[in-house]
Amino acid sequence: MTTFIATIEHVVKGPVWGCQDCGQCVLHSTGMTCPMNCPKTLRNGPCGGVRENGHCEVKPEMKCVWLKAYDRTQDWPLPSSWKDEYNHLRPPVDNRLKGTSSWKNFFTKRDRWTPAGWKNTTDESVAQGVDH
Amino acid sequence: MSTLEQKLMNTTETVFTAEFHSLDGNGLEKAKKYADRFRGWFDGVNATDNTAAHAHVSNVASAIAIKQLGLEPILQIVCRDKNRLAQQADIMGASMFGVENFVALTGDDVTAGDEPEARRVFDTDGPQLVRLMGTLKRGEYMSGRKIDPAPHMFIGAVENPGAPPFEYRVQRVAKKYAAGAKFLQLQICYHQDRLEKFCAGVRDAGLAGKIAIIPTVVLVKGARPLNFMHNSVPGIDVPADQIARVEMAADPAEEAYLQTLEFAQHALAQPGVRGLHLTDFRNDETLERLMTDLGRVRQTAANSSTTNEVKDDHAYSA
Repeated sequence: MTTFIATIEHVVKGPVWGCQDCGQCVLHSTGMTCPMNCPKTLRNGPCGGVRENGHCEVKPEMKCVWLKAYDRTQDWPLPSSWKDEYNHLRPPVDNRLKGTSSWKNFFTKRDRWTPAGWKNTTDESVAQGVDH
Repeated sequence: MSTLEQKLMNTTETVFTAEFHSLDGNGLEKAKKYADRFRGWFDGVNATDNTAAHAHVSNVASAIAIKQLGLEPILQIVCRDKNRLAQQADIMGASMFGVENFVALTGDDVTAGDEPEARRVFDTDGPQLVRLMGTLKRGEYMSGRKIDPAPHMFIGAVENPGAPPFEYRVQRVAKKYAAGAKFLQLQICYHQDRLEKFCAGVRDAGLAGKIAIIPTVVLVKGARPLNFMHNSVPGIDVPADQIARVEMAADPAEEAYLQTLEFAQHALAQPGVRGLHLTDFRNDETLERLMTDLGRVRQTAANSSTTNEVKDDHAYSA
């Protein structure tokens, strides 16, 4: 059953969003732009290597994934709660979830598990709601 | 407390940091030669982490060498080459040798280097690495396993004010600040208007005085390195008039120097800027000239002891 759900998810999200099956989907908080398509798989915004034309340091023919995410978050009619999450500090990927269904992980809350050391370290992070 | 932290957190003094040159052999002799060149001029020296995705002497070994040679290291850690376990091990290892300043950055991709076939890691990204550093500083590994005593750490990050999306760069600073960064070394930016907007943006985001901005300037001897950066380093755009200015000058080396001096003075005048980070090529004789023109007095054993007393006063009164 689990494999079946993962397969359905892959078939749906693969062609539309370029889903990389990380198993911990954050599409809603990144302007419906999959950050795992960034060659560096960055989940917290663009690196310093974005070219003058807004294209990727690694793949010059491709627009920076995070520029797309930024523009879409501004322009698309997404729920404001999703837009608010754009600036959240997303935790490092849990590599054990690779290939599993993020839908299942969402409903079981497995995708929100973080290691004990990953918690707010500053008052500012609490104030700004950057925790995941 | 490191000198860099002391100065940035407890005084209003301008700080100067520099990029230590990459090491590729010749033992400590070479490191000593570089250290002597920088000695007395800088509050911190960056031990770089495989710059431009080329393998060199490791960042941790360089930082320890810098420390042993009497300079204050800033351990640079990129996300390209090591996973989160190795990053934590490097920080703890450097900390054991008294390294206290750390700066987190994403890092160039492997394809920027001379071994583009290597596997890229990016197990963490820049902001995540900042928080990971904060975790260690608090006395825990990422797993939650305790570290007693906790390492003493002064944590910084890097941002590029000159690469799109410009307005979003400020939000990234807020994110890194919230994750625990207290200082921010900027990538070189040849667009003064972009630096101005960036610094004003950081101020308007309410981060003035909370995160110390340290822009970078580069000492070059002519138009060639400017062209190289413009054409070959993604994220750095050098306006045509700035290149032409050096290229067409009767004395390109002098013009290049004056250009750097102008950029340095302009950067230091921006809100929230607490210092300057300097990159140069190892044989550039204009280093001392620039520092002198910026009003810096080289510290020697004789005059630094007085300064130290003043610093301690600040530390205790804070």
